Amino acid sequence: MEKIFQKLALSSASLVFVLLVGIFITLYSAAKPAIDEFGFDFITNPDWNKEVPIEISSSTAVTPSTNMSDKASSEVKDASIEDEDDMMLDDEDDDMMLDDEDDDVTTKTIYGGLVPIVGTLLTTLIALVFALPIAMGIAVFLAEIAPKNISNVVGIAIELLAAIPSIIFGMWGLYYFAPIIADMFGGYQVSLLTAGLVLGVMILPFMAAITRDSMNTTPAVLKESAYALGATKFEVIKDIIFPYSKVGIIGSIILALGRALGETMAVAFLIGSIFVLPQKITDPTISIPVAMANNFGEASGLGESALFYLALILFIISFAVISIAKFYFLKKAK
Amino acid sequence: MPVLNIKKFSFTYPGVEHPSLKNINLPIKRHAITALIGPSGCGKSTLLRSMNRIHDLYPGNKYEGKIEFTDQDKSVSDILEIKKENEFIELRQKIGMIFQKPTPFPMSIFENVAYGLKIAGVKNKTELADRVEVALKGSALWKEVHDRLDKSAMGLSGGQQQRLCIARAVAVKPEILLFDEPTSALDPISTGAIEELIVELKKDVSIAIVTHNMQQASRISDFTAFMYLGDLIEFDKTENIFLNPKEKKTEDYITGRFG
Amino acid sequence: MRLIINKIFLGLSIFSALIGLAFLAWILTTLFIKGLSSFHFGLFLNDLIDGGLRNLIVGQMILAGLASIIGIPLGMAAGIYIQEYGRGKYADVIRDLSDIMMSAPSIVIGAFVYAVVVVPTGGTSGFAGAIALAIMMIPVVINTTDNMLSLVPRELREAGIALGASKYKVIIDIVIKAAKVGIMTGILLAFARIIGETAPLLFTSETSNYFSLDLTESFPSLTVSIYDLANEPEESSRDLAWAASFILTVLVLIINLSGRFITRNKK
Ligand SMILES: Nc1ncnc2c1ncn2[C@@H]1O[C@H](COP(=O)(O)OP(=O)(O)OP(=O)(O)O)[C@@H](O)[C@H]1O
Ligand SMILES: [Mg+2]
Repeated sequence: MEKIFQKLALSSASLVFVLLVGIFITLYSAAKPAIDEFGFDFITNPDWNKEVPIEISSSTAVTPSTNMSDKASSEVKDASIEDEDDMMLDDEDDDMMLDDEDDDVTTKTIYGGLVPIVGTLLTTLIALVFALPIAMGIAVFLAEIAPKNISNVVGIAIELLAAIPSIIFGMWGLYYFAPIIADMFGGYQVSLLTAGLVLGVMILPFMAAITRDSMNTTPAVLKESAYALGATKFEVIKDIIFPYSKVGIIGSIILALGRALGETMAVAFLIGSIFVLPQKITDPTISIPVAMANNFGEASGLGESALFYLALILFIISFAVISIAKFYFLKKAK
Repeated sequence: MPVLNIKKFSFTYPGVEHPSLKNINLPIKRHAITALIGPSGCGKSTLLRSMNRIHDLYPGNKYEGKIEFTDQDKSVSDILEIKKENEFIELRQKIGMIFQKPTPFPMSIFENVAYGLKIAGVKNKTELADRVEVALKGSALWKEVHDRLDKSAMGLSGGQQQRLCIARAVAVKPEILLFDEPTSALDPISTGAIEELIVELKKDVSIAIVTHNMQQASRISDFTAFMYLGDLIEFDKTENIFLNPKEKKTEDYITGRFG
Repeated sequence: MRLIINKIFLGLSIFSALIGLAFLAWILTTLFIKGLSSFHFGLFLNDLIDGGLRNLIVGQMILAGLASIIGIPLGMAAGIYIQEYGRGKYADVIRDLSDIMMSAPSIVIGAFVYAVVVVPTGGTSGFAGAIALAIMMIPVVINTTDNMLSLVPRELREAGIALGASKYKVIIDIVIKAAKVGIMTGILLAFARIIGETAPLLFTSETSNYFSLDLTESFPSLTVSIYDLANEPEESSRDLAWAASFILTVLVLIINLSGRFITRNKK
């Protein structure tokens, strides 16, 4: 009995290892066709689901034609994004280019991940820039300023905000928050900016709550001895609490960043879901999770493989980010 | 004229019915060491922490009575009257405090000692360096740390950290230093060094020290106050308290019959 | 001057707390107003095909429930291994990997389950959705179990062993009992989290307009349907999405709060 129980526990624990390795291998092998086809140029290629003549399929030759057709093809794709297999539209789109070539060249579809990769990084950046100062303010308020009972109540409220499903943030963001932002900054209601800000609102409570926890590890005597020297609250926070809990706070921020990188639903409503590099912050674009959410169902063959390639990239980025947070910062904080 | 004159002082923690200190009358004499002794929970720390109003970091405490502070130019003020933030800051710059566990700030050794000066507005680099050096020398730490002033203070031993905290408190030239069991977390050798230092400091400041160590009280203090369950039982010259106490409770305590 | 800086800083901090609370209030009032105005009890009686939410709510519960049935025992067993049996490196590695998995993007987990379950079995299914949610849940349960067991004093274990009980008996009868409240809270919070998940279900369970208990077919999901409905052009679909969001949020917050309540009462 003892042996069986122990074996069960061990195999459950090993399951974590198996799952993680399994996720990696599965993503890799599903992405393999796309990796073989596009290599690392995938990361720098802004064209998604684009027909190109087969002769000039090498990536260097593709790039020049890209900028030219960017605007035109994007507008068409904008409309057709939900149904990729709509070959007709794409063919028409590329007609102008093709006219110059031999008429009987066969074409193939290429996929590049630059747009969703950039979209992911930029929305995360905007979210972070927006959320960081507010989250720090909230954490300081909860840990140092508010009387205990207020701090408890507000703390719970903030944690509840963190528990609200992300799809709710997305819907609220699209119908109530984005119109206001669009009025203020101009541009579209669905854009990098609105997606980033809603993402920021979403990670705000999480970031505030764990930052507060880090700040609370500062021993009371340490604070008291600074006050005993005549320091103001601001000085105690700046000179004692922040330095003391610095590693924990940075770890918390990175953890929140990891969340933002992988967030799907809050962004899906707001980013516009078009494979176009944004020229301005108020332009619509797409992120990796949203590209997957909206295109996975219809994709097949190389398109599906390219989505797995994106998933692999996202997985590796978030794995790296979280490992840094865990091993470098949060371990030290303990 | 004592530097602090505590008169009819009572103190109640928030949410507690009975006062933790009842009708305390106690002078803290200038350029002398006053020891506060008594069994655990009798209110020594509570009394000490009233003297610089550090209690006020937490809301809801009740004070009664007076604590009169006579500063160097003989002006008298009741520190229980203080309400404004800037007055608190001034008070705490005049009355330093050293805690049971060493509390080095998360910064370099130099920065630690310079901290109080900097927040008090000293900007001049050479003045800072001079005053840090004087404070460290005054705390018998200079020899050990002068070649690593820019290293983190966390790397020092417990005894060194405690001396650093004393240097930090001394650097702002306070008039009073409050010690709450400053050696109870230290080994005998470090304890000896700190005791010497405290006696040395008496030249410049007035000192109140809470201690559980009877020998320590008799070794270094000039006056001793014995407290019991929130009351001040007896206050006198240290030799009188230890050699012929007037109160039965005092005698029982110093002879180790309870507490 | 110092005092002015201090005041400004404290003011800013209080201001940001107000911003945080304002967002919470804004989102909740939006939800309440929009949700309640399209809410009626008929929603609980009809399926989506007839303009109700019954099948979706039941479906989401079943998905999350099934995920818990899979995820809780596995997670607890793994947590027990890490804390009670694991010595040295291996347990530490598992603990770290579990922490990393806890933060893995949920959409990636959906893609993984799609590749290993949906593709081989020939289509989306309730099982696939439940497995995806279970994978989300396992690391959270491991984390709670690990943390809560570590709070149980060593003497308690030693006392049990000293009575002649075998180690697994001690773990089950004494250690787990001692840590029960904490673990329950953690599990409730984990449950509250997965029941609101959308991304891992998008291409595993998908959703369905009809009532279904057949886990081998596309399975009704409240969250996935909210996403679909919210993107429909008709006002009526969006109103239904708001009503569904309202119900979902109330559910999540109730579970979350009851988790906290348990711990509060214990203390
Ligand atoms: N924050 C507080 N809230 C309520 N009561 C408190 C608080 N701090 C201390 N007390 C109570 O006040 C009384 C005096 O405590 P104090 O810490 O002053 O004792 P002490 O003499 O310093 O003891 P020790 O020698 O153990 O340090 C004790 O009964 C204690 O329980
Ligand atoms: Mg004490």
